[in-house]
Amino acid sequence: MKLILLYSLRNLIARRLTTTLTTCGMALVVFVFATVLMLSEGLKQTLVSTGEYNNVVVIRKGSNVDVQSAVEKQKALLIETLPEIAIDEDGNRLFAKEVIVLIVMPKRETKSPANIVIRGIDEKSVRLRPQVRLIEGRLPNFGLNEVIVGKSISERFEGALLGDKLRFAMRDWTVVGIFDAGNRGYNSEIWGDVNQMMQAFKRPVYSSVIFRLKDSKDFDVVKSKIEKDPRISLEAKRETRYYEEQSEMMSKFLKILGLSLTTIFSIGAIIGAMITMYSAVANRQSEIGTLRALGFQKRTVLGAFLFESLLLGVIGGIIGIIMSSFTQYITISTMNWQTFSQLTFSFTLSLEIVIQSMLFAVFMGLIGGMLPAIVASRKNIVSSLRSA
Amino acid sequence: MKEPVVSIKNICKAYQKGSETIPVIHDITFDIIDGDFLSLMGPSGSGKTTLLNLIAGIDKPDCGEIIVSGINITRLSESELSRWRAINVGFIFQFYNLIPVLTAFENVELPLLLSPLSKSQRREHVISALRVVDLLDRIDHKPKELSGGQQQRVAIARAIVTDPAIIVADEPTGDLDRKSATDVLNLMTRLNDEFGKTIIMVTHDMRAAKRAKTIKYLDKGYLNDSPANTDL
Ligand SMILES: Nc1ncnc2c1ncn2[C@@H]1O[C@H](COP(=O)(O)OP(=O)(O)O)[C@@H](O)[C@H]1O
Ligand SMILES: [Mg+2]
Repeated sequence: MKLILLYSLRNLIARRLTTTLTTCGMALVVFVFATVLMLSEGLKQTLVSTGEYNNVVVIRKGSNVDVQSAVEKQKALLIETLPEIAIDEDGNRLFAKEVIVLIVMPKRETKSPANIVIRGIDEKSVRLRPQVRLIEGRLPNFGLNEVIVGKSISERFEGALLGDKLRFAMRDWTVVGIFDAGNRGYNSEIWGDVNQMMQAFKRPVYSSVIFRLKDSKDFDVVKSKIEKDPRISLEAKRETRYYEEQSEMMSKFLKILGLSLTTIFSIGAIIGAMITMYSAVANRQSEIGTLRALGFQKRTVLGAFLFESLLLGVIGGIIGIIMSSFTQYITISTMNWQTFSQLTFSFTLSLEIVIQSMLFAVFMGLIGGMLPAIVASRKNIVSSLRSA
Repeated sequence: MKEPVVSIKNICKAYQKGSETIPVIHDITFDIIDGDFLSLMGPSGSGKTTLLNLIAGIDKPDCGEIIVSGINITRLSESELSRWRAINVGFIFQFYNLIPVLTAFENVELPLLLSPLSKSQRREHVISALRVVDLLDRIDHKPKELSGGQQQRVAIARAIVTDPAIIVADEPTGDLDRKSATDVLNLMTRLNDEFGKTIIMVTHDMRAAKRAKTIKYLDKGYLNDSPANTDL
């Protein structure tokens, strides 16, 4: 039935204007749909790639993020003795006790205050995060008021250039290095000696501990030890999972907002397609009558019109996806509502999003074309022919 | 004596207009023999198109039977009837009814899509049908790019391409100038003479009707062998 498909396609081409308008409407909706998914995907990828699969993060039970977590020194000591923890070439455990504190600092350009994450780091903290590269300066000396800052912090915040002094927690901190972690969350953090930070901020407990597994398979064992041992009783998560959870709330928020927006828009686009297809059916009454007279079955007529509106959807979908793919060049900087820190990420197009967007477009075309196609196929042959 | 290809027995047809019932065909019985060229004449609104549609199986009578080549088409279901039309009936309309977005070739090929023919076989059939109507030089033209007469010839090619048992034509020259009308009528005469096609043609053009072997007159839903007195 290639000719029938050709027939549908040529009809779309024949009424260029309405086809263009209808597909543009659909393209716009697909664009919104796709970009929302891309935003949420970009966020997720940024946060997930912040984590290492073989790293385990230990936090207080029920606290999703380390800002709200507390790990007592006693418990940290117990965890450090676990035999499943990897050991580096110098015989040291790849284990770090960390503290997370949120502070507010003015942005360089606008002077408006924004949240920043301060991470008190241990000797092995940098080693545990291979994505983190020092791009300027050196690592901080432990025991001194020295910090290294993430690239975005250095770019955006007052007094965060190499050699500058940052003032917080009633102390001056010398910026001795700048690090880059790609587009990962760490780029919006300031790192310094965990003991200095705890003293400065008057924190008696760590926020979290992190360690590398000797063997990835040991995770379940370690997890049950940490969670079941009454002396520890903390929560252990793979670092990837930990960051994925962090992205979930924001992803969900974006998705719900975006999808309710697209639902409203899509109703418009579906109605647009419906009007287009109804007028196509009305304009081609005698054509439909002729096809039926020649012996084409109702279902062929139904199929031809349905295919036509499906094509509208497909074209709209392709245009929408192409449009949305350009947003990949945009970088978004926003607040991570869970840690209240700055977060930088970009729209990320994945195959899954392309497929979902195309299905959505096809769905709009089909829904819009359904009734008109049914009407077309049910037309009485004789009265259709008389309408010539 | 030739066999009747179409046998019409006591058919009637009425249309519903609101609460009113408009009788269009009253108890008509007649046969059309194989190879006939029948012309149906009568004033406007006398039921010519309705009768033709009933014979062609795109409309159903309220009573009576229509038997075409041994098949009682009034008993067929809608989809059976569709299949039957595709094989047995060639249609020629007053306004040609070509599909605007398809070329002459594709328009003629259209009814063959319902046959089991292969692509190359279809091509052969289309080419020979277009040769009969002398339009081989226009196969890639869209209907818009053809004159009325040429469009009607494409429509004739489409009507004969499946080699149907009967060809029905509703005022085939009604929209044509004299010259084109003559061409079309010549063609139809040739189909009847040379190819032995049974043709049923509705017309109110006397010149057209004269080409037919048999002329029947419809008047207010009744079929006569001679024109009613009121008819001019
Ligand atoms: N679908 C229909 N609904 C109502 N009335 C119809 C319909 N089709 C035809 N008629 C009526 O039937 C009568 C015969 O119509 P028709 O067969 O088209 O006549 P003719 O072809 O001889 O001009 C006319 O009065 C017409 O108004
Ligand atoms: Mg008529």
